[in-house]
Amino acid sequence: MTEQSRTVIEQDSVPLLEVEGLVKRFPIRRGLFGSGSVHAVEGVDLQIHAGEVLSLVGESGSGKSTLGMCVTGMSTPTAGRIRFAGEDVALASRRGRADFRRRVQPVFQDPRSSLDPRWPIETTIREPLDAYRVGSSAERTARVAELMDLVGLPRHFAPRQPRELSGGQQQRVAIAAALALRPELLVADEPVSALDVSVQAQILNLLDELRNRLKLALLFIAHDLSVVEHLSDRVAVMYLGRIVETGPVERIFSAPEHPYTRALIDAIPHADPGRKMSRIRLTGEIPSPVNPPSGCRFHPRCPVAVDRCSTEEPQDTQFDEGHSAACHVAAAALAQRGSIISVLSEGATS
Amino acid sequence: MTALVELQDVSVDYAGHGGSVSAVQNVSLTLGENETFGLVGESGCGKTTLSMALMGLLPASARVTGQLLFRGQDLLAMSEAERRQQRGDELSMVFQDPATSLDPTFGIGYQVAETVRAHRRVSRGESKARALALLREVGIPAAESRYADPPHRLSGGMRQRVVMAAALANDPSLLLADEPTTALDVTIQAQVLDLLAELQRKHGTTILLIAHDLGVVAQICDRVGVMYAGQLVEVAPVAELFAAPRHPYTRALLEALPSRGRRGRSLRVIGGQVPDLSDPPSGCRFADRCPHRMDVCATVPPLVDSDSRRRIACWLDPATRATAGLPPVPAAPTPDAPIAVGPS
Ligand SMILES: Nc1ncnc2c1ncn2[C@@H]1O[C@H](COP(=O)(O)OP(=O)(O)OP(=O)(O)O)[C@@H](O)[C@H]1O
Ligand SMILES: Nc1ncnc2c1ncn2[C@@H]1O[C@H](COP(=O)(O)OP(=O)(O)O)[C@@H](O)[C@H]1O
Ligand code: SF4
Ligand code: SF4
Ligand SMILES: [Mg+2]
Ligand SMILES: [Mg+2]
Repeated sequence: MTEQSRTVIEQDSVPLLEVEGLVKRFPIRRGLFGSGSVHAVEGVDLQIHAGEVLSLVGESGSGKSTLGMCVTGMSTPTAGRIRFAGEDVALASRRGRADFRRRVQPVFQDPRSSLDPRWPIETTIREPLDAYRVGSSAERTARVAELMDLVGLPRHFAPRQPRELSGGQQQRVAIAAALALRPELLVADEPVSALDVSVQAQILNLLDELRNRLKLALLFIAHDLSVVEHLSDRVAVMYLGRIVETGPVERIFSAPEHPYTRALIDAIPHADPGRKMSRIRLTGEIPSPVNPPSGCRFHPRCPVAVDRCSTEEPQDTQFDEGHSAACHVAAAALAQRGSIISVLSEGATS
Repeated sequence: MTALVELQDVSVDYAGHGGSVSAVQNVSLTLGENETFGLVGESGCGKTTLSMALMGLLPASARVTGQLLFRGQDLLAMSEAERRQQRGDELSMVFQDPATSLDPTFGIGYQVAETVRAHRRVSRGESKARALALLREVGIPAAESRYADPPHRLSGGMRQRVVMAAALANDPSLLLADEPTTALDVTIQAQVLDLLAELQRKHGTTILLIAHDLGVVAQICDRVGVMYAGQLVEVAPVAELFAAPRHPYTRALLEALPSRGRRGRSLRVIGGQVPDLSDPPSGCRFADRCPHRMDVCATVPPLVDSDSRRRIACWLDPATRATAGLPPVPAAPTPDAPIAVGPS
């Protein structure tokens, strides 16, 4: 192996984004709940590699958007570490932080709210180039045209205002602006939730193509699990501020370990009358993150909870390469499988 | 199937500054007793408008033509007072956003009880007892202790249950549910869909379920109608519609859905855009985006029985063609032939 190829591999093994022990709490005033705080994110670890699509799923209020805001630098974590390309973002110099903000870009659910209604779309797409003084004026103009081509907007749309565009076209403008500074990671919070099926298909195709062509990594926050299954490489399932399971998309959808993941998947209404939703329902609703339940946060709703679930917090257990979940019952089942295997192999050797 | 609702050539136009908007055009449809009918189609295609026409709750700017029969009674011939009476006795609605249906200042139980009293002459005690029973029926835990809670103390899913309790107060024959689960999490959506299906079974209510999520419709409806730009283009039993969609728009819509089989492949997109309904095309409204467009498509294709179970409005369909004395299209495209692939 040559010196050069080794460095390439080493670089590649450093995740593009590494989140460690991330905590975000929002203080709340006295009143209904007394003083305290909303535990929106409570100790999250995750990694995203270049060109990878990681989806974050979970019911509303589980902390997905808050986590996304921390990752894009729009919100300051209460505790924990965020490393981008190996560098701690909080410890970075001012220039380093500006560089981070260029390389990580957000895309939001409602394209209308992220576009200035008075600006022609070319101005919106050009704005980041102006702000970061990228190239000459002529180069910026050329880059705007290039970006419009990239996201599939006809060039003659350049002088149009957002209200003259459809929802899908507006989302393309938002994505073009997010891509202007050649980011390496997009954090997309429900980017297709407000769109019609046919328009959603266009944006999903676009995201997929950008990932392939630009090796762009994506943190994709979504509640529609069929969209997640379509687009992701890996999935992280969040519940009340914690990631309860993470793994490769095929594994998560075909053989999830955590009961909450299973419940989410069972609730998908398939567009196939022959494939009915599972009859098993998750009862109740996500509790308040001001006073999360003791032990496993999911225990009040868990169909398979055991005694220790209400007192003892389950730790992450690795089930496979890159697949882990935090659940006492799943971990016990794994341990049992392990002991059966060891008994069997002992039997074979003796 | 005994018909509860019969719509014949129903059109709705909204008067506006820039001329009128043709939101619904010549829709004919029958809803049977005891059935759950799903109405699907993308945003702005006229689903809500059509259901509001049925309820008699359209704004003054709307003009409805055609015939709307409810148990054989002509709705358009009835006075406003008669329609109000009938709404109270027979019809109910549930909307996407439960917040808009509930008064933020009153307790949820009181609001359900008031709905009971609006329909029946009963004492306060009786209406309260009935409200509690309804709240329990829709699965509000500890209904007594929550009776006085204002809506904001409840989650979105719980609020939607309260709205459903109020909608059931008059034991309606027809329940219109306009995107009732769109604002909810999948887990809560599954609970609410179960509840709808259970209520349907128990009370024999006819449900008109409007949804843009085809999965929701696939799960709980008996029959489905597909609308495009104000026109009803296909009606079929749910299993048949999903297994073998025949109208080019229905097919395009289903193929745009991400599904297990399509992982790693790009999704079909429908080129072009929904036409502006203030200046709609004069023929088939899907023509601009349809890969099979023919000269005859400049005329509106009538919605006719394609076979005993399915209705289609498309000039590719032999039955539609027969109405104009046209022979079948020589090589009618098979259901899995490629359709509408536009720029991505
Ligand atoms: N009060 C109104 N005045 C004028 N035009 C209207 C009015 N209400 C609706 N429209 C128009 O009528 C058409 C059908 O609207 P409608 O709300 O019935 O669609 P929909 O299928 O329910 O859409 P969605 O899925 O977005 O709820 C649209 O073009 C819409 O802009
Ligand atoms: N600025 C804020 N102030 C107080 N609480 C907040 C704030 N932002 C989010 N939260 C709370 O944090 C929790 C997680 O919210 P969020 O990250 O938006 O979840 P999700 O995106 O998964 O729906 C929720 O209980 C939410 O109400
Ligand atoms: S730890 Fe216990 S309560 Fe939590 S998910 Fe596992 S079984 Fe359920
Ligand atoms: S073939 Fe003609 S009638 Fe049928 S959908 Fe296409 S344009 Fe409309
Ligand atoms: Mg969110
Ligand atoms: Mg509507």
